[in-house]
Amino acid sequence: MQKELAVSADQMLAFETDCHIFDGCGFPAPGLHSFVFEPLLTVGGFEFNKPMLLALVGTLAIVWFFWAAFNKPQLVPGKLQMVGEAGYDFVRRGVVYENLGKREGEKYVPFVVALFFFVWVMNLWSVIPLAQFPVTSIIAYPMVLALIVYVTWVSLTFKRHGFVGAFKNFTGYDKSLGPVLPLAMLIEFFSNLLVRPFTHAVRLFANMFAGHLLIVMFTIASWYLLNGIGIAYAAVSFVMTIAMVAFELFIQAIQAYVFVLLTCNYIQGALAENH
Amino acid sequence: MNALVQLAAEEEQNPLIPPIPELVIGLLAFAIVFFFLWKKLLPNINKVLDERREAIEGGIEKAEAAQQEANDVLQQYKDQLAEARHEAARLRSEAQEQGATLIAEMRAEGQRQRDEIVAAGHTQIEADRKQAAQALRQDVGKLATELAGKLVGESLEDHARQSRTIDRFLDDLEEKAEAGR
Repeated sequence: MQKELAVSADQMLAFETDCHIFDGCGFPAPGLHSFVFEPLLTVGGFEFNKPMLLALVGTLAIVWFFWAAFNKPQLVPGKLQMVGEAGYDFVRRGVVYENLGKREGEKYVPFVVALFFFVWVMNLWSVIPLAQFPVTSIIAYPMVLALIVYVTWVSLTFKRHGFVGAFKNFTGYDKSLGPVLPLAMLIEFFSNLLVRPFTHAVRLFANMFAGHLLIVMFTIASWYLLNGIGIAYAAVSFVMTIAMVAFELFIQAIQAYVFVLLTCNYIQGALAENH
Repeated sequence: MNALVQLAAEEEQNPLIPPIPELVIGLLAFAIVFFFLWKKLLPNINKVLDERREAIEGGIEKAEAAQQEANDVLQQYKDQLAEARHEAARLRSEAQEQGATLIAEMRAEGQRQRDEIVAAGHTQIEADRKQAAQALRQDVGKLATELAGKLVGESLEDHARQSRTIDRFLDDLEEKAEAGR
């Protein structure tokens, strides 16, 4: 009962209230509740909410785009194909070949390309009108992607180096360290196998979470300050909203890039020979 | 009241604990994207990119082949020109040699002919001299005989005596000539 109340409270967007400064009502600050949505529809106990809808629509958008661009590719590309090729080539050359080399990397190109465009589009929802919510600010989505990457590179390490080799790889086994070797191995093991997937997911999640919070903050403030002298501040806040949207566009691309860059880094570490 | 409700709700919402349904949706969504790109769309575009690269490289190769051919032809022409020059030089020197030989031959021929003419001249002179000597001997003999006949008064018409006398005279002459030499 209480939860439902809270959810309905955060569903109440700033411009739907008549609450302004000097009217005797507090600032309806955004918070964790801004990231919780009422189910749009419930099918047999399964609650289908807005982020899920955005995730699926985004998926369709990516598939539609690449289908239109690459389904019947021409030797002399059309506009859409050219854009698709540019994006594809950027990830393939700029990320995969750059980190893994052409020979080793070729196998992982589809995975990394899919990962990049998936993350980017899920981030991009943050500034798409009406949607205006980055799917990746729900921890489940980055976590699932980080988990797939984690499984990929860990299994790859075992496949490449065998059990003992993989253990040495995870722990950064290096005889020359001497007496501190056990400690170094413990730290490396902890850092590689436990912290790495967590930071991989949280880096993306936290960036999108914070970005969304900032945009919402300035948006609500623009509305809330619209009274008396507050109007001047509202204008500043509105300008800040626009600036934050532009900044977010930048951060979204950067975070997608960082996510796949780290993915390649991990795969590269798994392929690397033990010292 | 509102703040209290929110606070209560926030206790339940830990943003770092993922709800299971969203994990499933996320996995599904990524799987769809990955599947389409991996199985269908990226192989499609890779094929075309390869074809394009081949087309471009084919063009470059063609240009290179044409360049190579042009170079070959140029080299061939240069070789031919050098050969022709060489040939001309050879012919010239050959002609010079032949000319020199010809001149030498002609000179030799001239020399030979001159020698022949000179030799023929000598022979002729010799023959003339002999003939003259012969004629002189006869005339001198006759003259001497006549003179002797007149002096001696004795006809030396008799042939045998005549020739004996002439011979003796001539022998005397020759002896004198040899002694005088």
